[in-house]
Amino acid sequence: MKRYGPITAVNGLDLDVPEGTCVGLLGPNGAGKSTTMRLLTAQSIADEGELEVLGFQLPEESKAARAECGVAPQLDNLDTTLTVEQNLLVFTHLYRIGRADRRAAIEAALEMANLTDRRDSRVDKLSGGMRRRLLIARSLVHRPRLVLLDEPTVGLDPQVRQELWALVDALRAQGTTILMSTHYIEEAERLADTVLIMSHGRAVAVGSPADLIAEHAGRTAVEIYGSPSQLADAEAKARADGFSTRRTGTSISVLGVEGADGRAPQGERRAANLEDVFVLLTGEQID
Amino acid sequence: MATRASAKIRIGRLERPALTGVLVREVVNFSSYWRSATFSSTVEPTIYLLAFGFGFGSLVSTIGGYDYVEFVGTGTVATAVLFSSAFPAMFGTFVKYNFQHTYDAILAAPVDTEELVTAEALWIAARAGVYGCVPLIVAMFFGLPPAWGMLTVPFVGFIAGYGWASFGIMAAGFAKSIENFSYIISAVLTPLFLVAGTFFPIDGLPQWAQVLAQFNPLYHCVQLVRDAAFGFEGWIDVYHVAFLVAFGLLMWRLAIFAMERKLVN
Repeated sequence: MKRYGPITAVNGLDLDVPEGTCVGLLGPNGAGKSTTMRLLTAQSIADEGELEVLGFQLPEESKAARAECGVAPQLDNLDTTLTVEQNLLVFTHLYRIGRADRRAAIEAALEMANLTDRRDSRVDKLSGGMRRRLLIARSLVHRPRLVLLDEPTVGLDPQVRQELWALVDALRAQGTTILMSTHYIEEAERLADTVLIMSHGRAVAVGSPADLIAEHAGRTAVEIYGSPSQLADAEAKARADGFSTRRTGTSISVLGVEGADGRAPQGERRAANLEDVFVLLTGEQID
Repeated sequence: MATRASAKIRIGRLERPALTGVLVREVVNFSSYWRSATFSSTVEPTIYLLAFGFGFGSLVSTIGGYDYVEFVGTGTVATAVLFSSAFPAMFGTFVKYNFQHTYDAILAAPVDTEELVTAEALWIAARAGVYGCVPLIVAMFFGLPPAWGMLTVPFVGFIAGYGWASFGIMAAGFAKSIENFSYIISAVLTPLFLVAGTFFPIDGLPQWAQVLAQFNPLYHCVQLVRDAAFGFEGWIDVYHVAFLVAFGLLMWRLAIFAMERKLVN
């Protein structure tokens, strides 16, 4: 548990990241994702509860844990007046890579992030996507056993986001354990083996994306469009018939309509998705 | 989290690899801004030296048996040390914490706040030791005779610079906004800077000011540099060194306390 004055940021979160998997922390802004990340690097100290990272007890042994973790923070904190390569060089020292292995570590990170031909560029000359790739590459120079990615694609164009997904996917394929926070549902759906949905500092659901969808939103949903009053009526009727619904802003989604042919409302049918689960579990309005 | 008993790294305090990591970051960064840092750290005290040396020097030719240029030339070493340590420490720390979020990146690595603060202070102190020599070299062009004792000046600058760097880091640790530094500069640094025996000897001041000057680290730095240039005075200089070391140790611990409060919550 972590409190800031009267605000409890993380409360009773039970988080288990099996080795070699990618776990996605999915939650709206303010759900406690970044606080969770800071707790794992002991930059925030829990008020209650136990934390163990890679077999090390936090906060006492956090330094040993940090040596084997890579962190790509949400806020870009690269040294902007240095080159790509210099940024990586600094981190080979901070992560105590021996002199003999430094060159190779830098090359491997450059290659992984596809920045080999930008090695001599100053960071402030790079595009947003390249900077984010460098931020992730920097977290990988020491071949960490666990990588913490805090909102790796926030604020990026869709094309650039895809590049980063490819990078994370490659990392996952190598067997690196990843804990990633995101509020992009598609990102969690594509990259995470296990998704943990957070709301108000608590885990409200855990499972593979497919299991979560099946459990909470069923297989098929119906989209009903119409004027606000029609939508309100449709919502009331679907609820009265025992369906769960959610608003999308322009329509009402009636969930779990498979196997209810007679009673199912008319509308556009589509497959249920993780967004249905997310909104259902974290509430329709963010407060 | 995944568990695997791996070869545990030593969990120690003030580990050398951690200090080295932070120092390497500073040294590599310095390659991108050394010109401006060197400019401000050397030109400012040189201007003081020239302005007072010529302006005041035309009114007073000797002070305490020294040529006025010799008096000011040795005195402004302490000014150069102060300017190249307290100020970069205050502003640099604040910027790295608030705007660049550098310390978040460093503390996510196997580096603790204590190591971070220590390495930053060591780096600034080393720079202050070098920059502190500039006024002495300039003064030599205006007739300050070289002396073997001057070879100790970089070390004096380093010790005093370590204290001032830690003072600056502590100030940044406690500051809520960058405007808070105005209070520290006006109420702490400027008076200390003026009542240090740099431009005029403190024995002309009222008794209370002379007593206060004894608690001014800058005063002890000035005295040490002057003795290095004109001849050491035995135990008195040991006392000056001891005072600077004590100042450095106290500020160092306070800086760590202030930054821990700020960085780990």
